[in-house]
Amino acid sequence: MAVRHYTNLTIDRSEDLIFGRAPHPVTCGHDLTIGAGTVYPEINFTLPPMEVTESTMPAVLDQYQKIIDGVCQRAVDLQVPGLVVEFELLPPMTIEPAWGESIVALLRRALDGYHDKHGLKIALRATPTDVRDGERPVRRRSGRYWEAMRDSFRRCVSAGADMLSIESTGGKEASDDALLQCDLQTMLVALGVLGARDMAFLWDEIGEACKGTQCLSAGDTACGFANTAMVLADRKMIPKVFAAVVRTLSTVRTLVAHEHGAVGPTKDCAYEGPYIKAITGVPISLEGKSAACAHLSSIGNIAAATADLWSNESVQNVRLLGGDAPVVSLEQLAYDCRLMNIAAADGADAARMLRDWLVRSDAALDPQAYVLTPDNVIRVARAIVEADGAFARSRETIAVTLDILREGATDGPLHLNDREKHWLDMLQMQLEMIPTDEEAAIKAACLGTKPDLVPGAYEIDDDKL
Amino acid sequence: MTETTDAPKDILANIAQCVQTGKADANMNIPMGSKGQPGVAEWVDQAIAKDVPPQTILAEGLMAGLQVIGKKFAANEVFIPEVLIAARAMHAGMNKLKPLFAEQDMPSRGTFVMGTVQGDLHDIGKNLVCMLLEGAGWRIIDVGVDCAPEKLVAAIKEHPDCAVGLSALLTTTMVAMGKAVSAIRESFPDKTVIVGGAPVTEEFAKEIGASGYAPDPSAAIDLLDRLQPAA
Ligand code: B12
Repeated sequence: MAVRHYTNLTIDRSEDLIFGRAPHPVTCGHDLTIGAGTVYPEINFTLPPMEVTESTMPAVLDQYQKIIDGVCQRAVDLQVPGLVVEFELLPPMTIEPAWGESIVALLRRALDGYHDKHGLKIALRATPTDVRDGERPVRRRSGRYWEAMRDSFRRCVSAGADMLSIESTGGKEASDDALLQCDLQTMLVALGVLGARDMAFLWDEIGEACKGTQCLSAGDTACGFANTAMVLADRKMIPKVFAAVVRTLSTVRTLVAHEHGAVGPTKDCAYEGPYIKAITGVPISLEGKSAACAHLSSIGNIAAATADLWSNESVQNVRLLGGDAPVVSLEQLAYDCRLMNIAAADGADAARMLRDWLVRSDAALDPQAYVLTPDNVIRVARAIVEADGAFARSRETIAVTLDILREGATDGPLHLNDREKHWLDMLQMQLEMIPTDEEAAIKAACLGTKPDLVPGAYEIDDDKL
Repeated sequence: MTETTDAPKDILANIAQCVQTGKADANMNIPMGSKGQPGVAEWVDQAIAKDVPPQTILAEGLMAGLQVIGKKFAANEVFIPEVLIAARAMHAGMNKLKPLFAEQDMPSRGTFVMGTVQGDLHDIGKNLVCMLLEGAGWRIIDVGVDCAPEKLVAAIKEHPDCAVGLSALLTTTMVAMGKAVSAIRESFPDKTVIVGGAPVTEEFAKEIGASGYAPDPSAAIDLLDRLQPAA
């Protein structure tokens, strides 16, 4: 597959980085064009506590039927301008690809019905699970789990998905420990070397599965790395400055999907989306305050500033006073989108005013928000495209992020407490000790001590460890 | 051996202090600028040379240090990486003590068998609980992630006096947690089985017949002290 190299920014002025508008909109599903001026809700849901097995599948299907009917009806009632429905497969639904396929088919039928009956503009995103670490050591490019994933991609496409995404986890064999130890060097190798190489392999496969079909090769997310860091930081287990660095660093590996053909919209939990939008111009999905049903975050408003789809991440199908939780969640998203769309309808200045409020209400309070201001997004994105190759880009990303945080805390509005400031210094010291040469950095990361890691899965010879 | 020793209390205090700052040995430059000054390993050597009983070094030096860190962690005063380097420093001291315990096993608070339930691969929480229980003196048998009930039962058979911990992070694997508890109860009706993980609650623990629930590692330490008091 032809690989695209981004050496320039597609959006190079922070004024132009705004919700609803992407330089390269995409059209899919029933008449839904994403990134051309309107922000649409993207609704996601999951099962209440229950098992997924052969014998419970009828009950599982029943759950999804009820959810999708409730959600679509509410979308019609609220006159949303369009809707994306995301189905995130649970591990058993990917390991048994036919189960996932039957749910995609069910959702497709429901979406078609609401389109035909009510003219609802609507599209379906399917997100198979990266189940490759079900077997350890993790072979990644072979074995029954990988075969199940490939089968799942194809079945989701043929059952009617309009977009294919994944939360891929290449490099996780090294990153879990590195996150807990705040080990920047290993994190860089996990994302910028292992992750990037796995993404190239994986997104060629996803591109193949989508080729010649209605389905878009959409985008990935560094959820397993950067959102893990975010959750750990929110629970005060690791410093927030570290989580902010992991976030920007993760852009480099997520970008590889687009170098290998993904056209967006990126996946909702990819808070690296704004950098990807600036670099590639693809539309992005994001989640924030209205994903509080799924996880806490300190970027609830700023995430909306550049979003083309606005998501709730995930909500369990439980009963609330206002209705079933996914229906309630859709309602919240619908109102968020109304506000953004009416601001945009009042012209570019009005839209930017709302964007700036969204940005300023979060930016100073948390380093993870601060790195997402449009100016900082452009600065990080520029550092990425100006460097060559995933390793060098990753190193540059860390350097510029630390600069942004330090400047923000000394001369800017960013509040950092003493412990966070201490860790900013520690991270700077760590960066200075990371070799500038990729092979040397791989050696220094001691990958040989990671029990689940198969070097060949990342094109690394054993003697290079 | 008598209850009290004539060991200088300050050696033990230094050991505990070095565990807290993560200074495993003299070579280590943590805290910055401390290279060359004695760390846990050197202080433990001195304590041994002064005939301080290894039990005392372990309890009043090494474990005392890690317990302070565990409490600070529970109070959000330190981050996990700081706990980890403290745990590593404690291990540096334990390695010195191990040969002295050659005859019997290292003394411990008890054995704790811990796993993430079948179908679930989340292990960050599980690993943290293991680490801090180890700091509280438990011997840890970590049976890993995606544990079928049979695997858990087999591990318990090998360590019949153990307490058991189960972790689940997915709503869909909470069911597997229930099955694991039932399987354990079949062979070991009175076994102490504690459960945890983000979606798990006290109520759910009762419903599936677990002995108790704890939201975090320090609560788990207290819970185990209640359910299975030290001999
Ligand atoms: C990190 C993470 C991952 C990482 C896991 C890395 C790893 N090595 O563990 C990766 C990326 C691999 C992952 C994968 C998936 N994940 Co995940 N993941 C998370 C996340 C963001 C954080 C979990 C975590 O590590 N927290 C930090 C630790 C320290 O906290 P903790 O685990 O709760 O543990 C603490 C306490 O609970 C307690 N504790 C824990 N265990 C025990 C046990 C005992 C005995 C005791 C006493 C106490 C105790 O002590 C710990 C320390 O305080 C959560 C979000 C969340 N809000 O929890 C989602 C989450 C759990 N994941 C979710 C999902 C859906 C998945 C996937 C299915 C995603 C997908 N579609 O691919 C896969 C499933 C893989 C599988 N088969 O298990 C959902 C679950 C939704 C649901 N239906 O239940 C969540 C809630 C995210 C969301 N909001 O949608 N995930």
